[in-house]
Amino acid sequence: MTEDEFAAYQSLAQDTEDHRWAFGTGFTDPLEGVDASVPDGVDAAALAAYCLMLGDDALIYSHRLQQWMTRLPELEEETAIANIALDLLGQARMLLARAGLAEGAGRQEDRLAFFREENEFRNVRLVEALDADFAELTGRLLVFSAWRLALFGRLASSRDPVLSAITAKGVNELSYHRDYAAQWVIRLGDGTPLSHDKMQAALGTIWPLVDELFRADGVVAALPGVAADPRELRAEVDTVLDIVLATATLDRPEAAPMAQVAGKSGRDGVHTEAFGYVLAELQSLARAHPDATW
Amino acid sequence: MVTAAARTARQIAAAVPDPELPMVTLADLGILRAVVTEGELVVVTITPTYSGCPALREIAHDLRHRLTQAGFTDVIVRTELAPAWSSDWITPQGRSKLRAAGIAPPGPARRRQAPPGPVPLTLTTTRREPVPCPRCGSADTTQTAAFSATACKALFRCEACREPFEYVKEI
Repeated sequence: MTEDEFAAYQSLAQDTEDHRWAFGTGFTDPLEGVDASVPDGVDAAALAAYCLMLGDDALIYSHRLQQWMTRLPELEEETAIANIALDLLGQARMLLARAGLAEGAGRQEDRLAFFREENEFRNVRLVEALDADFAELTGRLLVFSAWRLALFGRLASSRDPVLSAITAKGVNELSYHRDYAAQWVIRLGDGTPLSHDKMQAALGTIWPLVDELFRADGVVAALPGVAADPRELRAEVDTVLDIVLATATLDRPEAAPMAQVAGKSGRDGVHTEAFGYVLAELQSLARAHPDATW
Repeated sequence: MVTAAARTARQIAAAVPDPELPMVTLADLGILRAVVTEGELVVVTITPTYSGCPALREIAHDLRHRLTQAGFTDVIVRTELAPAWSSDWITPQGRSKLRAAGIAPPGPARRRQAPPGPVPLTLTTTRREPVPCPRCGSADTTQTAAFSATACKALFRCEACREPFEYVKEI
């Protein structure tokens, strides 16, 4: 390596304070300088578990979207999906950091993202699969962002000021994500017979995973005023999906919810087969070089 | 009382350029929330534009570097998340600088009613208020992509002068 090339790597190193986030660059506190004390009367362990769920949803989905890079049909969609994945990664980082701080065991975001096992992740199963085609990407993004937007809209008035701030910010971002996805679902659904059929088939693939988004959860029950009951989101999300599907001339699939395993699913750490693969890719670098810095 | 040192610190912090939009400063963008001095200690509070904005760390580094050069021995940069940054906070001066650099400044942000209800769905790319071309001023422009090279911008094309341009999204 020439001296110039070495200097370029040096400028990325920790001791220059010139931090760009990546695993090993030492920039591991997206909540630096934020008052992260847990409000009185709030169950800190439940708050940590809740932030982990919301952070895991965004972390895994962001990675799945990143896997689309260089494979999208147009350059404009590359920038769109890259930016959506970046927004979700930003949300994931703050939520995982919040989870670590509420937990109080000294686990930072990198520890939580890269060194937990499959059954310790709490994301919903909707975010796990690799999309088969662009129709599936836009359909999944529509469902995910409509649901997360409804959820974050409520969490913006959470009793936990950190969760409230993170989600209030997320509302603005998710509004763009949802509208982007909705516009594509309409273009494809109300497009050619071929694009219509592909869009309808994609919805059929995604729909068995929708029910899980609205299931009651023990962690939520332990956080009155802090968390939002998933069951209460259903009407708002259904309204949005019905408008988009009707405009797109698509039928709402009649699909039975994907089976649980002994009454457990994503929020309990029970995932689909696809999850192991996405997690392996996400974690492999950090696990190959556990304490690496550069 | 605002001391001379506090004024100096404020001026330095306000003049730091944004790493992704270097034609505007932190003050122009409205992401500088507060500058407080106590002796040789300066506490600067900034706010992120988007959750994943990678510029924030560069900005914090730049603030520390410039304030240290100016003789403040202890510089603390804090992040404040609430209330979330809005493109409405970009100053008139910031808007004219963006326009001069060929980037269309944002229109007014969509505001939710109080108490906040569901965010209205937007199913077309047709805008209520047109985005004028920053080069020729024509209102005959089309959005070509809802996202651009950074999270904060969208891509447009002017139908009059046929030039593509970026637009800072209203948020």
